Amino acid sequence: MIALAVMAAGGFGAVARFVVDGAVRSRWPGVTPWGTFVINVTGSAVLGIVAGLVIFHAAPHGLQVIVGTGFCGGYTTFSTAGFETVRLAQKGERLRSAAYAVGTLAASVAACAVGMALAYVF
Amino acid sequence: MSPDPHGELPVDPDTRPLHFRGHALLWVFAGGLLGTGARYWAEEAFPASEGHWPWATFAVNVIGAFVLGVLLELLARLGRDEGWRQRVRLFGGTGICGALTTYSAFALEVAELSRASAVLTAMAYALVSVVAGVGAAWCGIACASAVDGRRGAGA
Repeated sequence: MIALAVMAAGGFGAVARFVVDGAVRSRWPGVTPWGTFVINVTGSAVLGIVAGLVIFHAAPHGLQVIVGTGFCGGYTTFSTAGFETVRLAQKGERLRSAAYAVGTLAASVAACAVGMALAYVF
Repeated sequence: MSPDPHGELPVDPDTRPLHFRGHALLWVFAGGLLGTGARYWAEEAFPASEGHWPWATFAVNVIGAFVLGVLLELLARLGRDEGWRQRVRLFGGTGICGALTTYSAFALEVAELSRASAVLTAMAYALVSVVAGVGAAWCGIACASAVDGRRGAGA
């Protein structure tokens, strides 16, 4: 039963990613794929908050599984980030490609840590 | 030039961007459902223990990046992004590969490893994942190019 809830949450997460990516792309068209960047950073922040609530405030584990593994997992994506890094390099944008990979990593981990810290404080 | 027999109808019944069209959202949802299910199964079957390398997330991320590279390169070589090719991209690429892989769990695991005083493992996990993910996507694209090149040469 919980597996079905996780899968459904992941389906909605994927749809949210598709819509946010399309919206960001149409607003900021350009070489750098800001859509995936925004998605991965915001999704990591939300998962940080959820994990923090479970760790520090004994929130139900089901919350982390459905919202975290399901929604945030389906919303954020590692494969597209890797693919876009390669595409940038193939376009001759080597520096931008490296900055995109490192920037996504640093910003996502930082966002997750900030989310956890927020959950700890409140 | 003959007059349009259906002048009362709009020229294109659906001019909305793709990410607002119901059928596109349904393909992404269906793929996202399956991708998330596969990732959930992997995380349940091979749970990461505290302070140790999260193999399940690492594996789904690298495999998903490779498959996405193969898929998107093949589709791009087969023709324009429309009709069945667009449906396959939305279902298999955006849906399955997108949801099978995850950046949020990866970021959380890096943060958790650091919190568990496994800072070296955290740094290694972060760097190896990103390098392996980019490398896997590149390999996928190269494999698809090679297959398509052989198809063209053999014809």
